[in-house]
Amino acid sequence: MLKYNFDWSIVTSGKYFEWLVSGLKVTLELSVVGIVCAFILGLLIAVLRMSHFRPVRWIATAYLEFFRNTPLLVQIFFWYFGSYKVLPTVVNDWLNSTNFEFAAAAIALTIYTSAFIAEDIRSGILSIPKEQMEAARSAGFSYLRSMQYIILPQAVRITVPPLVNQFLNLAKNSSLAMSIGVMELTYQARQVESYTFKGFEAFTAATVVYLVLSVIITALMDLYNKKVLNPHRA
Amino acid sequence: MIKFEGVHKWFKKLHVLNGIDLHVKQGEVVVVCGPSGSGKSTLIRTINQLEPIEDGSLIVDGMDLRSKKTDINKLRAEVGFVFQQFNLYPHLSVIDNITLAPIKIRKSSKKEAQEQAMELLERVGLAVKRDAYPTQLSGGQQQRVAIARALAMKPRIMLFDEPTSALDPEMIGEVLSVMQDLASTGMTMVCVTHEMGFAREVSDRVVFMDHGVILEEAQPEEFFRNPQHDRAKQFLKQLLSPMH
Repeated sequence: MLKYNFDWSIVTSGKYFEWLVSGLKVTLELSVVGIVCAFILGLLIAVLRMSHFRPVRWIATAYLEFFRNTPLLVQIFFWYFGSYKVLPTVVNDWLNSTNFEFAAAAIALTIYTSAFIAEDIRSGILSIPKEQMEAARSAGFSYLRSMQYIILPQAVRITVPPLVNQFLNLAKNSSLAMSIGVMELTYQARQVESYTFKGFEAFTAATVVYLVLSVIITALMDLYNKKVLNPHRA
Repeated sequence: MIKFEGVHKWFKKLHVLNGIDLHVKQGEVVVVCGPSGSGKSTLIRTINQLEPIEDGSLIVDGMDLRSKKTDINKLRAEVGFVFQQFNLYPHLSVIDNITLAPIKIRKSSKKEAQEQAMELLERVGLAVKRDAYPTQLSGGQQQRVAIARALAMKPRIMLFDEPTSALDPEMIGEVLSVMQDLASTGMTMVCVTHEMGFAREVSDRVVFMDHGVILEEAQPEEFFRNPQHDRAKQFLKQLLSPMH
């Protein structure tokens, strides 16, 4: 006979429900900050990777290989436990007065994901026929302006499906931030479990919330792709 | 307006331009023809430095293309280029294709650029397509938009690199008539083309190239009636009756 007494009420109302909601808020903040910053940084690295100036290309490649080939958890620990040790005391004091856990997690997530995004965008750029660049240059656009107005807008459209994957990964990977004490969704679910011993309910709730979050991200990107990026395609 | 003097260019070991001398005067329409691989596309692409030259001198609209001081983007803004494959920007509507460079480079206001674009679309007969996207247009329509896009920068020179070669036969006429129209406005034009009817009726001069060398330069009537060089004779014969 099953001994476990299910009590779903703890995750649908009351104090523990509020913990989970506050965790979700932090998860959302981490995800949004991470997605926006990782996208911008990824775009930048992708363009630098294609620079005609060799040292710039090397630096961008080194960045990329370094950050996508080391574990995210190690990177989070590095930013949280390692990075501040080499900073001046003044900066440290200031960091301690802020939400340093959140910042370290956001930085790690951003940098880690930007490496993957850069590769996706780069392959998107490479798939644009070189005649597009010629047409842009012929009109009098500089290399960077050609990228900005003609090449990247097309490359990003092609890159949307792999970008969605990276955004989903980032949202889910944000759960690792609990390891340095960021009170996000997984952290709060763990708290609820510790206080109530209702691990099944707590983590089921967290699972469902992550699932819904992922589905929302996918749907938003799909909508953006259809309505904004490709309005003329059926 | 355009002055080549002793221009050379190599692709690796291939000598694609071998001592080109050519002077195109303001308002002149010059047709460049020759067999494939003769260097005619390379020649026209050097004029806006899509292909840099390696020896000799090339002056375009008073700017020395081999001088480090020449702002190449500024030069290109003054020179319209029409490609064989049109190369419209597929992510932008027709009107945005035309207004992008005037707004971003010439710093025209959006309203001004759009009014001008509509005039140009009117002129190439495609005003109704202002909000269409390139993939929704036929080849001939795309090429006419490409011409309008180039003209929107108010260029001093227009270059055409085989503008009708990628088109179905029934669409060639609509593009040529736009080009003919343009020639009648006094635009300086250099056209690489196999359309000998256009060369005969519209151009002021025909330049025949082979193996990176200009073999013949003549008024169209003279070139077609009495070509001097053997290879020009052969080329014309093949062009007029390709079965033999």
